[in-house]
Amino acid sequence: MLHEHRSVVLDRRTVLKASLLAGGGLALEALIPMPLWALEQGEQQATAPAQLSAFVSIAPDGTVTIVSKNPEIGQGVKTSLPMMVADELDCDWSQVRIAQADVDQARYGEQSAGGSTATPKNWLPMRQTGAAARAMLVQAAAQRWNIGANEITTAKGRIFHRPSGRSLGYGEVASAAAALSPPDLKSVPLKRPEEFTIIGRPLVGIDSARIVKGEPIFGVDTRLPGMLYAVYQVAPAHGGRLVKANIEAAKRSHGVRYVLPIMGNGDADAGLADGVAIVASNWWLAEQARSKLAVAWDLSAAKGHSSAAYREKASAAIAAGAGTDLRLDGDPSAKLASAAKRIAARYDYPFVAHAPMEPQNCTARYRDGRLEIWAPSQAPQRGLDQLHKALDIAPEAVTLHQRRAGGGFGRRLMSDYMIQVAAIAKAIPGVPVQLLWSREDDIRRDYYRPGGWHSFEAGIGANGELVAFTDHFVTFGDGKTTARAAGFNASMPPAGLIQHLRYSQSMMPTVVTTGWLRAPGSNALCFASQSFLDEVAHAAGTDLPKLMLALLGERREIPAQDGGLAFDTGRARDVIEKVVRTSGWSLKPAESGTAQGFAFYFSHRGYFAEVVEASVSGAQVAVHKVWVAGDIGSQIINPMGAENQVRGAVIDGLAQALSGQAIEFVDGVVQQSNFNDFPLARIPLTPEIEIAWVKSDKPPTGLGEPALPPVIPALTNAIFAATGTRIRSLPLRLSG
Amino acid sequence: MPYRLNINGDIRQVDVPAEMPLLWVLRDELGLVGTKYGCGKGFCGSCTVHVNGAAQRSCLLPVGSVGNARIHTIEHIGSTPIGARLQEAWLRIDVMQCGYCQAGQIMSACALLGQTARPSDEQINSAMTGNICRCGCYNRIRSAIRIAAGMEEESGRVA
Repeated sequence: MLHEHRSVVLDRRTVLKASLLAGGGLALEALIPMPLWALEQGEQQATAPAQLSAFVSIAPDGTVTIVSKNPEIGQGVKTSLPMMVADELDCDWSQVRIAQADVDQARYGEQSAGGSTATPKNWLPMRQTGAAARAMLVQAAAQRWNIGANEITTAKGRIFHRPSGRSLGYGEVASAAAALSPPDLKSVPLKRPEEFTIIGRPLVGIDSARIVKGEPIFGVDTRLPGMLYAVYQVAPAHGGRLVKANIEAAKRSHGVRYVLPIMGNGDADAGLADGVAIVASNWWLAEQARSKLAVAWDLSAAKGHSSAAYREKASAAIAAGAGTDLRLDGDPSAKLASAAKRIAARYDYPFVAHAPMEPQNCTARYRDGRLEIWAPSQAPQRGLDQLHKALDIAPEAVTLHQRRAGGGFGRRLMSDYMIQVAAIAKAIPGVPVQLLWSREDDIRRDYYRPGGWHSFEAGIGANGELVAFTDHFVTFGDGKTTARAAGFNASMPPAGLIQHLRYSQSMMPTVVTTGWLRAPGSNALCFASQSFLDEVAHAAGTDLPKLMLALLGERREIPAQDGGLAFDTGRARDVIEKVVRTSGWSLKPAESGTAQGFAFYFSHRGYFAEVVEASVSGAQVAVHKVWVAGDIGSQIINPMGAENQVRGAVIDGLAQALSGQAIEFVDGVVQQSNFNDFPLARIPLTPEIEIAWVKSDKPPTGLGEPALPPVIPALTNAIFAATGTRIRSLPLRLSG
Repeated sequence: MPYRLNINGDIRQVDVPAEMPLLWVLRDELGLVGTKYGCGKGFCGSCTVHVNGAAQRSCLLPVGSVGNARIHTIEHIGSTPIGARLQEAWLRIDVMQCGYCQAGQIMSACALLGQTARPSDEQINSAMTGNICRCGCYNRIRSAIRIAAGMEEESGRVA
C-alpha cells in the first residue's frame, strides 16, 4: 500500500499503474493525492477517476484532481493556478487534490517559472479549463435528467435542478461527462469576479502541510532503489578546460564507485562544462574524494578577468565618452548646456549570486536508450532542448519529472546541473544517480547578476523642472550583444516623460557566466536611476514622489521603445499617491533620527511604489518599516501567498544592499564561497512590512519580481535623508 | 565503523566512517531526508536537529561523537507537544515560500520554546539568527513562534 509519508521509492509497476490512473503524464507526486481505493482498485474501470481534460479528473466520490503544470519554486503557482481551475469548475477547495505535471509541452503547453508570467499567461486559459469541465458535467446531468442545461446550477461540486429539487455530486456524472466532446474553450462562459468562491481567498499552500513534517518533496529528496550520489568537479576559474585528470587515488577513496572525467562541449555558458564526476554510495563520501583528484586545467581563458580590471575598464569607458546610443530623444547636450542647474553622478553595483537554499541538484537514470530525470528546474522545457544539443539525447527519449525546488530566483532557468547529471547517468547506464552541488560549487558557478556602471547627468530648469537626462551604461558583452541579463531598458523613466534624453551603452567582454536574477535588469537599473532621480529632486528643491508625479503628468499609456509593455502613467500615479498616504511620507528626518526614502518602478507588468524608514548609527543601518503599494491588476489570486511574495522581495532587496552581497573575481576565480562571505538576510534585519494593493481594472499579473526593485533605492534614499551620505555603490559600506 | 544510533526513538544501525556528519547518515544512509543540506559549514541552519533536546547543526556533527545521545529530527517533531503546536502555527499563517529551510527553522524554534516558553522579540531573533530563509519568510516565522507560544492571536492578521 502506498502511503503519503513514505519517501518516493517506487517500482515500475506502481508508477505505471499510477500514470494509468491519472491519465498519463503525471509525476510521482500524482500518487499522493490519489485516494487509496483508487490505487488498490485502479484498473477497474467503474471506480477509476474520469478524465475530463488534461488538467481535470474527477473520481466517483467527487474528489477533483487538478494538474499543476508549472514548476513550483516557492512562488505559489502549485496552489494559485489550480485555484483558477477549481473556481470556474465550481467545486469546493476541500475536494481538490493537486498533481504536479511531468514535462509535456504537447499536453500542457508552456511549463516554466520565470518573468512573473504564470499569472498573466494562465489567468484566462486555466479558468477556461475549469469552466469547460463544469460545462461538461452540467451537460451530462442535463442528459441524465432529460432537461435543458440552462435549468441547471452548480455550487461546491454539486449539480442542482432547483425546480425539481434534484441534485447530483460531480463524481456521479463525471464518467458520463468525460465521454462528451469538450466545449470550445474560447466561448465557454466565465464567472463574474463577484461570483468567485476560491480566487481571492487566502489559502494555505498545497504542499505546506507536508513541508512542516519534513516529507520528501524537494528535488534533493528524490530516492530511487540502488541510487548513487555524485559531485561534479569543474575548473577553479570560469572558462577553464580540462587537460588531464589523474583519478586513481579518488577511485580508491572510501565508498567511491565511479570517477568519470567528462569533456564538455566547449559551451560553458549554456551547455556542459568540462569536469570530473565522482559517484559514491553517499554524497559526503563523494565530496571527500574530491581532494584526491589531481587534475590539470587550462585556465588561460580567464586571465585578466578580475573585478579590479573590470572596474578600471568601466572607468575608462566612461571617461572616453558616451558609447553607443540606445535612445536619443531631442537634444540633451544642448539642454544640459543651457540648464539653470546641472548635476552628474556615477553609480555601480556588483555581480550577485542567486544562492537558493536548495543547492543545484538533479537525479537521473539512463536505461535502454531512455533518460528519466527528476529535476527542480524553472525552465524544464528549455532543459530538454539543451540536453538534446549537449548530449544528443532527443526530447522524445526523455521523461522529465518536476520536483519542488527549494528556491529559484532565476538560477534554475539555467539547466547546467541537468545536463551534468545526464552526462553522468549516460556513462553508467542502469544506475540511478543524484548529482548535488556543494554550496561552494553553487556560489562559484552561478550565472550571476552582472555588475554594471552608470554615468548620469541631469539638467534642471529655472522652475525646478527636469529638462534633460542622460545615462551612459557600461556593461558586459561581446561588442555587439550584451551578455545574458546585462542589457539596459531604454524605456526606463524618465524616458518618455521628458523631451531631451540620451541612453547610451558601452560593453566589455567577460568569461564569467551571467544570468537572470529575480527582477533581472530592474533590480540594478532601478537602484541607479531612482537614486539619481532622488538627487535631481533634492537639487530641484522638491522630493522624489513630487518629482515623479510631475514627470508622469496626465494619465496615459506610453508605448515601450522596443515593442515591450506599454507604461501606464495613471497606474504609476495611483501607487505613488497610495504609498505617500500609507507611509505618512515626509522627507524630513524625525527627531528620533529615522528618515524615509521613496522609490517607484514598473517591471514585469507590476507597478510598485515603496517607502523605507531607516536610521543610521555609526556604520549600522537599521530598517524599521517598509510600506509597499502595488498594482498587479484587478485581482489578487491568493492573498496568503501574495503577501509572502512581497515581503520576500522586500527582504531580498534589503539584503542585496545591506548584507554585503558581492561576487568578485581574480583571473576568473570567484573569491566568495559560502554564506560567510556571501551573506544572506537573517531574521534580525527584518522590518515591519505594510502592504497596500491598488486594484486597477486590468487583468491580474505576476508577483514574483516587481516588488523587489524599488526597495533598494528607497533604502539608499532614506540613508541620504537621515545622514546626507549618498549611496552610489552597492553593496553599501558606511564608514561610521 | 558500525554505530548504533538513537534516532526518533528507534535504534538504527549504520556502518560509516566516524567523521561522517550526522546529516549524511540521516539523508543518505537512513533515508530521513527531511533534514536539509544548505551550506555544510554551520552557517545556515537548514540541517538543524535536536541532540538530547538541544538544537545542533547536523552538518558539523561527526557521527562518531553522537554516542547514545537522543537524536530527534523534523520527521519526529510533530509527536512532541511543542513541535505539534509549531507545525500548526506554521500552517495557520502559511509561513513558507519554497519551504526548504523550514524544517531547520521549526527545529530551532522548538528548542527555543523548550527553553523559553514565552520568548521576547530579542530572544526570538537571537535563537533564530542562525537559520537562513532565502525567501525572506521572517515576519511570519516570528509570528508563528508567537502563536505557538500562545502570545499572539492571529485574529486575521498575518504579519
